[in-house]
Amino acid sequence: MNYFDKDLASLHDDLVNKKMSVRELTQETFANVKATDPKIGAFLTLNEDAALKQADAIDAEGVAADDPLAGIAIGVKDNIVTKGLKTTASSKILANFTPVYDATVVEKLTAAKTITIGKTNMDEFAMGGSTETSAFQTTKNAWDQTKVPGGSSGGSAAAVASGQVPVAFGSDTGGSIRQPSSFNGIVGMKPTYGRVSRWGLIAFGSSLDQIGPMTRTVKDNATVLSAIAGHDKHDLTSSDKAVPDFAAGLNEGTSVKGMRIGLPKEFLAEGVDDDVRNAILAAADTYRQLGATVDEVSLPHNKYGVAAYYIIASSEASSNLQRFDGIRYGYRAQDVKNLEDVYVKSRSEGFGDEVKRRIMLGTFSLSAGFYDAYFLKAAKVRTVIMNDFKAVLKDHDFIMGPVAPTPAFGLGDELMDPITMYMNDVLTIPVNLAGLPGLAVPAGFSNNLPVGMQLIGRPFDEGTLYKAGYAFEQNTDFHSQLPKLGGQN
Amino acid sequence: MADRITREQVQHVAGLAKLEFTDTQLDAFTPQLDDIIGLFETLSEVDTEGVEATTNVSDQLNVMREDVAEDWGQSAALLDNAPDAERGYIKVPAIIDESEDD
Repeated sequence: MNYFDKDLASLHDDLVNKKMSVRELTQETFANVKATDPKIGAFLTLNEDAALKQADAIDAEGVAADDPLAGIAIGVKDNIVTKGLKTTASSKILANFTPVYDATVVEKLTAAKTITIGKTNMDEFAMGGSTETSAFQTTKNAWDQTKVPGGSSGGSAAAVASGQVPVAFGSDTGGSIRQPSSFNGIVGMKPTYGRVSRWGLIAFGSSLDQIGPMTRTVKDNATVLSAIAGHDKHDLTSSDKAVPDFAAGLNEGTSVKGMRIGLPKEFLAEGVDDDVRNAILAAADTYRQLGATVDEVSLPHNKYGVAAYYIIASSEASSNLQRFDGIRYGYRAQDVKNLEDVYVKSRSEGFGDEVKRRIMLGTFSLSAGFYDAYFLKAAKVRTVIMNDFKAVLKDHDFIMGPVAPTPAFGLGDELMDPITMYMNDVLTIPVNLAGLPGLAVPAGFSNNLPVGMQLIGRPFDEGTLYKAGYAFEQNTDFHSQLPKLGGQN
Repeated sequence: MADRITREQVQHVAGLAKLEFTDTQLDAFTPQLDDIIGLFETLSEVDTEGVEATTNVSDQLNVMREDVAEDWGQSAALLDNAPDAERGYIKVPAIIDESEDD
């Protein structure tokens, strides 16, 4: 059986009509993961025994027609806590950590009867854009195993793109869902800040973090977001706005006719690869042919996003990561003489270099004498960047541009130079600073590597992004091209 | 050009962050942090006169709840994650440096 090119609706039909059982689908999924993962390295931990038990329980009841996700295999990024299933955030400091509760997202998915196949590799504590800062393993791009999968949700992206699972979850603090989705030719949504509960997401930058779905098609993505979104009493920043059935609006009648789209000139400026620029200009033409208007607009402060972000996100991280002290859980250094030693040595031995760099930057930005010049200044620039978006979105339905300035780069290419690595996020970071939804959609290829388009919307208007992404998908064939891994793919 | 951050400042910040670095690590980290702080300083080009700071983009304001303790009944599982535990307590090394008793 090859379900690589099946969308959720057809998998669901097969399960409802008993063309296959949930157990068969789950077993096939593990067989495929085991066959392909030596090449890809997407998964850190597999959940086979519990998954098969769960599959049998669902089979015993039968998959109901109104349970669209029942029996569907999912991958979960390893910074989303799963009760009884090891969760490391790809850090040595959490190498042996087993959560005692499920993240709200996982709880909702369990209620929707999805099957957790395993936990996916990521940059340590989601800090990085290539999944290379993982303390445990290297994940490869599904399209070219000499290239990075992007990051920080690189394991989730590679798992979906290589056909291991139809759905995986990522988290996005500065582009960590969208950039790996772009690098692997899949669809990834960073929802509006507050749309999805962060309860059980190991915190990085609390005012920026959002969990979101990564899938092969726009409609699959929309189906999954509806299942995980909504207010949660455990996350008081989660919004109490009603959650629409995002997939319901996606059908033959879906159209962008009459929509006004803003294409910021800064998104196509220097530093953006020619192939990427051309893919986005071609996508703009597609939207014009479909009856939308595409205007050149300006986000004049976009270029300051990276600096503001690395101050804000690192400051929040330096505070959030204080909890890793070697006392209650996680790694504790040996040969310590006193309590101070436990803290300092456990942290110094447990965290990797990139995490230490961010903790240092954040501690510096918040420290006495530097707070006004760095943290406070960045928080004000954040307001300026938000106002740029507000001005454009006042008379445009959404903004379009590339996800990243380049396609996937080579393994090892950027890791040594933090600033080069940070600049790779220049087009995704401002969206987190402003708390807006951002959708990555496949929009072309450059030397056989996928190129992603980013659609940015008004707060809580994921629906418009899905419609626009769906209309684009229906009129292009980028999403239906699949990487060749050998074996059954 | 003057350093934006000195080796001594890096050591001071490391102390605040409860991290320690070897000399070799400091040699590598100091210029990297200096470069990144240089990137941070480009923000001075942005006029933020009279602009409010944004530290939260949630649409929820002042959400209240009752402060009630809940028993999750998970103390055994929690202690399984502790590096060292004994009789229901987390065990830590002596707080006072034993060498100070001499």
